[in-house]
Amino acid sequence: MKLVTAIIKPFKLEDVKSALEGKGITGLTVSEASGYGRQKGHTEVYRGAEYTVDLVPKVRIEVLVDDAVADGVIDAIVSAAQTGKIGDGKVWMVPVDAVVRVRTGERGIDAI
Amino acid sequence: MPDIELSAGDTAWVLTAAALVLLMTPGVAFFYGGMTRAKSVLNMMMMSFLALGLVTVLWVAFGYSLAFGDGGNGFVGDLSFAGLTGLVGEFAANGGVYPIPALAFVMFQLMFAVITVALITGSVADRMKFLAWGIFAAVWATLVYFPVAHWVFDFGDAELGGSGAGWLANLGVLDFAGGTAVHINAGAAGLALAIVLGRRVGFGKTPMKPHSLPLVILGASLLYFGWFGFNAGSALGANGLAAVAFTNTMVATAAGILGWLLVEKIRDGHATSLGAASGAVAALVAITPACAFVEPWGAIVIGALAGIICAFAVTLKYRLRYDDSLDVVGVHLVGGVVGCLALGFLATTSVNELGKDGLLYGGDWSVLGTQAIGAGAVLAYSFVVTVVLALILKFTIKLRVSTDDEISGIDLAVHAETGYELGESGGGGVFAGIGAGAVRRNLEEN
Repeated sequence: MKLVTAIIKPFKLEDVKSALEGKGITGLTVSEASGYGRQKGHTEVYRGAEYTVDLVPKVRIEVLVDDAVADGVIDAIVSAAQTGKIGDGKVWMVPVDAVVRVRTGERGIDAI
Repeated sequence: MPDIELSAGDTAWVLTAAALVLLMTPGVAFFYGGMTRAKSVLNMMMMSFLALGLVTVLWVAFGYSLAFGDGGNGFVGDLSFAGLTGLVGEFAANGGVYPIPALAFVMFQLMFAVITVALITGSVADRMKFLAWGIFAAVWATLVYFPVAHWVFDFGDAELGGSGAGWLANLGVLDFAGGTAVHINAGAAGLALAIVLGRRVGFGKTPMKPHSLPLVILGASLLYFGWFGFNAGSALGANGLAAVAFTNTMVATAAGILGWLLVEKIRDGHATSLGAASGAVAALVAITPACAFVEPWGAIVIGALAGIICAFAVTLKYRLRYDDSLDVVGVHLVGGVVGCLALGFLATTSVNELGKDGLLYGGDWSVLGTQAIGAGAVLAYSFVVTVVLALILKFTIKLRVSTDDEISGIDLAVHAETGYELGESGGGGVFAGIGAGAVRRNLEEN
């Protein structure tokens, strides 16, 4: 099993959700996040003053998947979230040792 | 007792206007409270309410008398009305006798004193000790507001220019509702206090954007509504002059909103809600001294000028590096000066025979000169006394909270409260049920 984590632009959340549904993904966790990458934020003008905003708002999506579909899920997220401009985000995957469904106690693939 | 009868209409209007002006102080609290960051909204609003409490008590004790006592000189009144003695059952007398109770006038003028002190709070957001603010507010009202109100608003006892009139009133400075005594006064004090207090941690580096613009707009709306009492009520009667002041207040503010938004759209690319609220207040400030001396088109010019000039003035603090946090200087000081000086051009006796004719109505430069003296005198006096008072407090009881308290939030440190209990410690967060569960377990075990 794998945990796929994606940091994307907030307005791309709906696109990514439908792409994941299309891949048969039945559950995911979404949280608001903020951060910066190589571009180090951006400048904003407010009330005549210029500021550097280094923490840009992002959305973090976490999905638990079976090893067999993991690469396909990553591809689906990337193609749905891509705009080609700076700040599109990152996607990464890590191995997961155990997963348990709290309601039933099911373990492993059955719990996903 | 002069031989006149009480006017029910005038009395009803002045009492109503006084209540409208009272509403402006909570209006300021919302206006400024929304502009602070969430961690200091309560402290900001509390400073206005503390001013309301302190100034009201002082007004009754000796403030009204220092401002309007008839036995004084051009600089300050006397103590003849201390404790408001001898006023019940009398008519209001201020450069003439008005057919309204003296107490109606006392209360109407009280609201001006309260809001002037409250206006200063915008320059000290996030960082001033509450005790220091309380002492400052009480002493500033006594040493600055009460005398300056006397200079500008006291036209003498029962006849115009009679005994005890203020020196700026005698000089012929036109200030119908308080461009000098209220706005330039508060603005100059705000500038001085911000300089002595020092900048907030992170000033000029982090944006420190308003945490709740709906609160700012609510506050600006209450101010706009209450300002009809402030300006039209200053006619001290339900009459034609009140209607002129009312009209000019309305139209100037409309133009101020447009002026500020235009500057923002061209300069910054966005017309902001904070800009709309600020433009309204800047125009209200500028029309305050002028509202019963100009024609409606003149009011539109004054409002638009205030909106445009103040939109640029609020950026001065970044260049000059003083942290006038919520733009008391850029809006109230600059707006007040714009309104006072504009009278040198736009005042006309066709609107008010007690006014003057400015340059555009065949008047000479002396009108503008007199206005400049009035604005400059109040600005200089307020600034100097405030600097001295603030320095004394700084080196005795200290003006600022600790840096740690400022960063973590003055609300929790000073008032043991937060404006919004949304986190785990409060009632609305995701962990809200945990405490209740523990209580239930205890009940079951016992």
